Amino acid sequence: MKTVITASSADVESKMDPRFGRCAFFCLYNDEDGQTTFIKNQFKDAQGGAGTKVSEMILSMGVNRVISGDFGPKAKEMLDKFKVQLVKIQDDQKTIKEIISSLA
Amino acid sequence: MPRKRTPRKIVEPPKFKGFRPYGCNNDSAKGEVELLYEEYEAIKLADYDGMSHHEACVLMGISRPTFARIYESARRKVAAALVEVKSIKSVYGNASLEGNWFKCTKCFNLFTIPSPGTKMACPICKFEEIENINKSKRI
Repeated sequence: MKTVITASSADVESKMDPRFGRCAFFCLYNDEDGQTTFIKNQFKDAQGGAGTKVSEMILSMGVNRVISGDFGPKAKEMLDKFKVQLVKIQDDQKTIKEIISSLA
Repeated sequence: MPRKRTPRKIVEPPKFKGFRPYGCNNDSAKGEVELLYEEYEAIKLADYDGMSHHEACVLMGISRPTFARIYESARRKVAAALVEVKSIKSVYGNASLEGNWFKCTKCFNLFTIPSPGTKMACPICKFEEIENINKSKRI
């Protein structure tokens, strides 16, 4: 199962980014082999529709779960439709490593 | 720059795209009014569910005066559509759809359960005591 966590930089020690569409990086975590891949968010400074574009990108990667601080209405609607589980982390000081270790 | 509008929480969006008058002279049926999701929700909560404005504003996550303004504008739009023989079109507006969020009672994280077959447990801490935040708010 593939999980995407929004990250503030390309490092497992970095904090989770509380924004979904305009986060700096995505951390793609595959719990079958435990690998993490960091992907730069090219829509970070988009004029509009960042949430929708990012959702499309995430759907094309075949992700089952997205972890972030909050989701906009359009992104949520779209990800719900394709049965992607959304998780809102309330404590925004958590690092990517902590989140991944709690998933395992 | 004006202050950003608080998103209005909507439990369920309207199940229609619009209403059109019938049985009238075709020439008189022209134009449409745009009924926003939050206005539909305001009419539903106040008139269909019979809630007080105070109860309804808590559900929608806005202040009572704001609820009253949305409700007022909703009634005016519906009245205008009836009297001026206009069709009603439902438009997204400033809504935030409050569908199926669950809350873990241990770590307080919010999450969705996308397909009914999934295990009803928190994906982060695997704790099984979770609550549906929409249902708990409705009581």
